[in-house]
Parts: sequence; C-alpha cells; structure tokens
Amino acid sequence: MSVVAADRKTASDREPAKDRKLTRVAAGGDRRFAAISHALLILWSVIVIVPMLWVLMSSFKSTGEILSSPFSLPDHWRIENYANAWTDASIGKYFLNSVIVVVSALILVMLLGAMCAYILARFEFPGRRLIYYVMLAGLTFPVFLAIVPLFFQLQNFGLLNTRLGLILTYVAFALPFTMFFLYAFFRSLPHDVYEAALIDGAGDWRAFFQVMLPMARPGMAAVAIFNFLGLWNQFLLPVALNTDQDKWVLTQGMAAYASSQVYDIDYGALFAAIVITVVPVLIVYCVFQRRIAGSVSQGTFR
Amino acid sequence: MKDTTPIAKTASRRPKPAARGGRPRRRKLTFDRVTFFLAFLGVPLAIFVIFVLIPFGEAIFWGMTDWRGFSPDYNFVGFDNFTKMFQDDVFLKALRNVALLAVFVPLVTLTLALGVAVAITLGGPSKGPVRGIRGASFYRIVSFFPYVVPAIIVGLIWAQMYDPNAGLLNGVLTGLGLDRFDTFAWLGEKATAMPSVMFVIVWGLVGFYAVLFIAAIKGVPAELYEAARIDGAGRLRTTVSITLPAIRDSVQTAYIYLGIAALDAFVYVQAMVPNGGPDNSTLTISQRLFNVAFAKQQFGYATAMGVVLAVVTLVFAALVFLVNRLTGGGEGESKRKAPGARARRAAAKGGAG
Repeated sequence: MSVVAADRKTASDREPAKDRKLTRVAAGGDRRFAAISHALLILWSVIVIVPMLWVLMSSFKSTGEILSSPFSLPDHWRIENYANAWTDASIGKYFLNSVIVVVSALILVMLLGAMCAYILARFEFPGRRLIYYVMLAGLTFPVFLAIVPLFFQLQNFGLLNTRLGLILTYVAFALPFTMFFLYAFFRSLPHDVYEAALIDGAGDWRAFFQVMLPMARPGMAAVAIFNFLGLWNQFLLPVALNTDQDKWVLTQGMAAYASSQVYDIDYGALFAAIVITVVPVLIVYCVFQRRIAGSVSQGTFR
Repeated sequence: MKDTTPIAKTASRRPKPAARGGRPRRRKLTFDRVTFFLAFLGVPLAIFVIFVLIPFGEAIFWGMTDWRGFSPDYNFVGFDNFTKMFQDDVFLKALRNVALLAVFVPLVTLTLALGVAVAITLGGPSKGPVRGIRGASFYRIVSFFPYVVPAIIVGLIWAQMYDPNAGLLNGVLTGLGLDRFDTFAWLGEKATAMPSVMFVIVWGLVGFYAVLFIAAIKGVPAELYEAARIDGAGRLRTTVSITLPAIRDSVQTAYIYLGIAALDAFVYVQAMVPNGGPDNSTLTISQRLFNVAFAKQQFGYATAMGVVLAVVTLVFAALVFLVNRLTGGGEGESKRKAPGARARRAAAKGGAG
C-alpha cells in the first residue's frame, strides 16, 4: 500500500513542475492543495486498510502470538485456524444458507420490482399515486416498527424459521427501493419502441418481457448490486425471524460464533472466520467496482 | 387476432378520419391485459401489504395493548405503554444515546465523505479543465471497501481492534509510548464507549457517501468551475460557492438516511457491546426493543418502543428538511427533477433495509 501511495505522491509532485513556468504562485498552491489532499486520502486509506490487514495477518497466528506481538508476522502460518473456523463456526453451512436465501430473494425482488415499477411508470389508472406514496412510506419507516408484528405474521402463515418466510420478508422490504429505482428508469425509456411492439402484435406480456425488460438491463444491474449487498448484509430480519440454527445465514452465524468466543477464546480461528466471510464479497466488489461506482452515480443522476 | 377486431368494427362504421387519431393507448380490457395487471401489480403489492404494510399498521395498535405474545388475551391500555416508557430510566438513556448517534454520526460521516470527495474530484491542477487527483480511483476503491463488508463483520473486526489486551489499537498506542493505554478498555469505559461505537459506524459508511458525492460533484457542469476559475475564485471559494450548493440535495438525502441508520445502529452495537455498554452508555432503542420483545416477551411494550423510534425518525427527517429549507435549499429544484430526486433518495439508502 505505502509503496503505491508513495509512487503516486511523487507522480503528483512532478505534475505541477511542468506548469511552473506559467504562474509560480498558482502552481505552488496546486501543489500544496494536492499534497494536503493526498495526505488526507492516504490517512483515511490507512485507517481503512490497516484493520483489514491486521485481521488477515492475525488469522494465521495463535492466540498467544496475537496477545504478545500484535504487529509481527506469524512465526508459523497456521492454516489450521481456517480449518478450525470452518468446522467450529459451521461457516460452510451458513454460507450456503445465505446464498440460497439471498439469491432467491434477489431474483424474486428484481422480477416483482420491475413489474411493479413498469406498471406504475407507464400506465395511468386510479390509485396509482396512492400506491406510489404507500411504497414511499414503506421505504421511510424503520424496520424495527414492524419487527414484532412481522414475527407473528410469519408465525400465522407457518413461515417462521423457514427459508421461504425469510425470502418473502427480504423481498417485501427490498421491494420499495427496487421499485423507486426502476420507476425512474422505466419512465426514461422511449415510448415509440413500446408502441412499435404493440403494432407488431405483441401483447402486454410480450412487450414487457421481450422489449421493455431487456431495455432496462443497465438499471436492473445497478439495483441488483445494491440489493445483493443489502440482503447479504442483512442482520436484524434473520436474527428475529430465523432462529433455527440449521437455517442461520452467515451474518447470524458469525455473530453467534463471535459471542461464543467470549468464554473460550481462539482469536486465530475467529479472525480466520472473518476472513472467510469477507473475502468473497471483496472479490465480487473488486470485479464489479467500476459498475458499483456507476450504479451510485446512476441513482444520483437519473 | 383480437387486435384487428376494433379496426374492423370502426371501419365498418366508417368514422371520420379525425376520430381515429390522438389516442396513444387503447383502454380496452382484454383478457391479456387483465391478467397482466393482476400479475404485475397484484403479486408485488400482495407481498408488500402482507409483510410490510400490515405489520406497520398492527404495530400502532399493539403499541397500545399489554399483549405478551403467546396467549391470545390482551387488554387495550391506551397510552400506558408510552407513559411507562418515559418513566423507564433505561429507555430514556437509550433515547438519549440514540439522539447522540443521530446528531454526530451523520455530521462526522458527511464531513469526512465530503472531504474525501472534494479531495478526489478537485484535487488536480487548477489549470485547464477540472481534473481529479492522481490515483483517484485507487482512493475511491479503498474508501468504499468497508461498505461492502457486512456491518456485523465491521462490528466484529472493531470489537477486536478495541480489545484491551489483544487489540491493535492499544498495541499501536503503547508502541507510541502511551503506556496508560496498555489495557485500556475502549468499549468498557463510560467516557469512550459511545465515541468508539460512533467511530466504527462512521468508518463503515464514509466510503459509500464519498462515492455518492463524487458522482454528484461530477454531475456539476464543468463550465461552472471553469467560469469561476476565470473569475479568479480559489479552491475554497469554488467549494463553498459552487460545489456545496450544487450537491445540496444529495447532502440532505444522505443526512436523512445516515440519521435513520444511526437511529437504528442495531448491528453495530450488537457486534461490539451486546450488553448495552458500561452503565448502558451505548444502549440503543433498537437493542432495548429487541430484548423487551424477544427475551422478556413484552410484545405490546416493545411495539410501543417501535412506534417511538418511528416518530423520532420522522421528526429527525422533518428537522433536516426544515433546516435545509430555512437555509435556502431545496424545493424549486427538487420539483423540477422529482423522479430523479426520488431515485437518488432510494440510492442513498443503499439497498434493502
């Protein structure tokens, strides 16, 4: 990290030098501003990266080493920490549960959200605005207001402690966000393509699935990324509504594993468990980071 | 097939040509269209109503009962739960803690996020077109990192960082010669517990809002900056006079959603101080609600707390709107691009729940 940073710093110092002939004062100001900016950004980068590196490094150490020498590299790289974490914390099982629940919920919410957004954005009918504002309220109220009634609602339907119940709840709470994002997107799609499809004899169903939905793909990708992060990181809903340990999702499993460590501390395994949890998301992030940044700006400037 | 029938009919009636034009959509209710509406609107709305709307509605009613869950009996107690709540020292403490979170977390997060965003986008040379700083994408990627780490893991990582004996923080501080931090319990001392928790929430969220602001600043027409430069405005002046007003609505939206996140804070405190911290100094309403409901089974009372939390949230949002309006922001502009503003609001929330 520090090598990269230092490298960039010298590069930025070189830059204003070219301009110096023009106006000495402005270039000096530039350089000072750039230096301050870099200092600030590097400081923040260090604050962000160091804890993560420390976790990674400690995940290969024994508890004794972590306590006695927090900075040094491990004497002996204890891969067995990872094996311990995998078996003690049942990370594999929870990971699979998370994947099942989140992927199902994601597919469902993208489909239903797109459908709903499409109807609200492209058709005039009585009650349209009412539905819109009720959804907006759903986006604003805290989940905690609903959590207790939701518990009993799921119990009444026999969905408490089931994957299906959790999936449906995820869908319901992610729906307003998905709808609003895609609403703006469907509004901006050109009307004539839709008209052309109708003239060519497509019904409403075909017009949506074969013409409008494919056109909305960039918007769908952006929302899907946000929904994935939001649902993958979800903690409150599973903790309250999914208490059967065999169906725990990853966030629940990690919280429970960490609190079980209070009595019998194996720091190395705990850190290894954290690394196992974080690495897949970080890889996904690094692959899609351009797209994610794009998604944020898309949300901002549609 | 069925599309041809109306034309055939109208043709047989020989309408005047003018009557045919001008109506873009047919309103005829075909079987196709009815099933289409039922499926497309009905299914999502049914799920939304069952799992979101009804629970919200029920919450308001149950908040006025003494219901304890597993028996069907309950009494309607009106506002008793609320009067009880405001005599409950533990709850009042939680309310105070949450107010602190709602004030400081958005303030610090947004200041840092704006700082990062301005440094990245406007840190380049002031000559010629506006350019970003060198290594902009590196900084952007790194500062966004914590946002993709699940919040519970962020909490767990920092719980370890703060650990009195094994934590890195005390290791660094003693390494710098500050021996009094040898076994200092950051989350165990009344004075430091809350600030420590706040810092972690900020750490987790800055990156997202920085990226949001970077996008907002890039959306400001470059001519504005260039014109200001030609007029001799310095960096401070352009930041204060151009950047901030231009991204004002983004800041307002971010402020509201950060506030909502801070008022909740459940994941973070559960990860770091599940017991409420020293002398309940980090206890949040959400934690209190969760325990009263699922450990003590006082569902009526717990739901009433949910109502208070919702009211606090709405009051907070209204305050932010009001302050923004009073200081001259908002309205005119937000009306012009209403759908975009809404999508942005949605984006600022950054996903489900």
